[in-house]
Amino acid sequence: MIPTLAGRLQTRIFVLATVGALLTALIVPVLPGRPGSLGAAYRAAFLMLLAVIVVGLAWELLYHLLMQFRWDKDWPTLFGLVTIVPEGAVMWVLLNTGLVPGVGDHVSASMFLTMFVFVWLGQWLFVNGPMRVFFVQWRLRGGRLL
Amino acid sequence: MQAAGIPLYDVPLVTVGGGLGSFTLVDVLRIQGVAAGAIRVLSSRDAPWQSWEYLTRVSQLPAGERIRSDAGARPDNIWGFPSYALHEAWQDKSVKLLWQVLTEPILTDFFSPRAATVFETVRREADRISYWQMLSKGQVRMVRRRAGGGYFTVLTPPPGVSATKRVVMRSQYVHLAVGYPGLKFLPDLQQFRETHNDYHRVVNAYEPHEHVYETLKSRPGVVVVRGAGIVASRVLQRLMDDRERFGLQTQIVHMFRTFVTGAHGQGMWMRRKGGDGWAYQAFTLPKSAFGGQLKAQFRRAGPERRAALSKAVGGTTTPRLRRWQEQMRRGRAGGWYHPFQAVVDRVEPTPDGRLVSLTRSDDGRLGRYTSDFIIDCTGLEADMPEHRVLADLLQYGGARRNGAGRLAVGEHFEVLGAESEGGVLYASGAAVAGNHFPAVDSFLGMQTAALDIAADLARRGFCSRLGPVRSTGQWIRWMRGRPL
Repeated sequence: MIPTLAGRLQTRIFVLATVGALLTALIVPVLPGRPGSLGAAYRAAFLMLLAVIVVGLAWELLYHLLMQFRWDKDWPTLFGLVTIVPEGAVMWVLLNTGLVPGVGDHVSASMFLTMFVFVWLGQWLFVNGPMRVFFVQWRLRGGRLL
Repeated sequence: MQAAGIPLYDVPLVTVGGGLGSFTLVDVLRIQGVAAGAIRVLSSRDAPWQSWEYLTRVSQLPAGERIRSDAGARPDNIWGFPSYALHEAWQDKSVKLLWQVLTEPILTDFFSPRAATVFETVRREADRISYWQMLSKGQVRMVRRRAGGGYFTVLTPPPGVSATKRVVMRSQYVHLAVGYPGLKFLPDLQQFRETHNDYHRVVNAYEPHEHVYETLKSRPGVVVVRGAGIVASRVLQRLMDDRERFGLQTQIVHMFRTFVTGAHGQGMWMRRKGGDGWAYQAFTLPKSAFGGQLKAQFRRAGPERRAALSKAVGGTTTPRLRRWQEQMRRGRAGGWYHPFQAVVDRVEPTPDGRLVSLTRSDDGRLGRYTSDFIIDCTGLEADMPEHRVLADLLQYGGARRNGAGRLAVGEHFEVLGAESEGGVLYASGAAVAGNHFPAVDSFLGMQTAALDIAADLARRGFCSRLGPVRSTGQWIRWMRGRPL
């Protein structure tokens, strides 16, 4: 990818709010370590997704800064995959320190890990292919949709 | 014209050139719902890839070799998905290619498609969009504005095809994608060729020069290579491959006008890698020039800032491929590859039928290098007015030049000053360098131009918009190979 800052932010919000939401809706019923009712699990899962979007905007700022050290000002496909590690770790810490409002103590490690990896892989595959089919100009505008 | 008996044909849109630039626009327009009958491609070539194939082949890139282009830059597929990497991985049943595109450019070199993959896929797409039905062979003489709006395009068909020497197309829209006006040789080499009428020992890499490699197979020789770009890299690869394959004794003297010794650029955020003479870059421009940050910067910038940006990111570069690095390392260690900085003052013949290059280095040192051949890999472009259609446009068509000496175009690639009462003249490719978009001369650049031109034409009611619904529907058609 060759994103601009605006493109990064727009893509993060759009893809997680669409593909991310769809994948979350699909995975919740089969998540391991699910606490309480299905409704409570859905509530926790979507709050986590929202947190990934919000915190993700800060991550994108950092990625944009790091990208400036690259002559090509590109963001290799592999980076989009391996950033699951720091983002996942920080999100887990935020959840455990109660900094994600509304989620409380409903989230087990197995539930978090399964959901995070599933949604992450799904959105990564989507932006590296099918996204271009819906929005022809997206890749030519640094990932901007607007 | 009627009095002169010149036949006149009406067609809404004419594209002049018939190379990959014309093909890409036609492809986008067909996808956006334009009927084949509403488009004419005027070209002296039989196929859109013909000129590109010729230039790549003579510059040492036969069909099986990999070109310098991104996996997602597919002239036959405006979505770039599935990419050429997925296409070739599927075709070759190769996991290695998938791994390469997944880990490029961190753990592996950038994936690049084979030249043959481009020809084959473009041929398939040309068939699908009825390209051949839109093609009119001939030499375009001029494009002129018409009183009352639109344009006349004058074409000389091949002998015997038409009852008259010329035919005229009347159209509302014209698109120009005429490619490079031509090649320009280094002045000292041009002078040598003209003075001594020797086109055998001093060759340009973009000319057929297979005789050089054949001669070197029959007897040992010294070759001077001049240039620091992708073509120099490929010529070196050919010389070195032949050396290994046939056990030759070829000595390679490589002269760099600018010898890059390491990373270079302004400030820590504009550092380009370099070394051993070369400036390293994966593609012809930094990747973000094709659609990211640099593209956005160019679009926002005024003429002065654009010129400064061009200077900062321009220059001759070549990719840092592991295979080439290894070959050059062996050549230096083995004492048969000699790279150094020098500017050639002149070239002279020796009494024993060889060549001597008289050089001057930046440190003032003078040199004399005797060789059997000189291969000029600098590939300088000729000036724009050397193309007759462009020259005519500048003189009579209202077109003007930008700061880089090319055609000034607006953000939809409309040639500024050449409008004609509701008619629009568009241009793409090398002729429109130096405007708001830097990567015009590339597959992705031609698609960018095609999509922007088509968006403008959609606003004018010539074709449908390419929103998510049409785009997805058309992509499914493409995947299924359904003709348009």
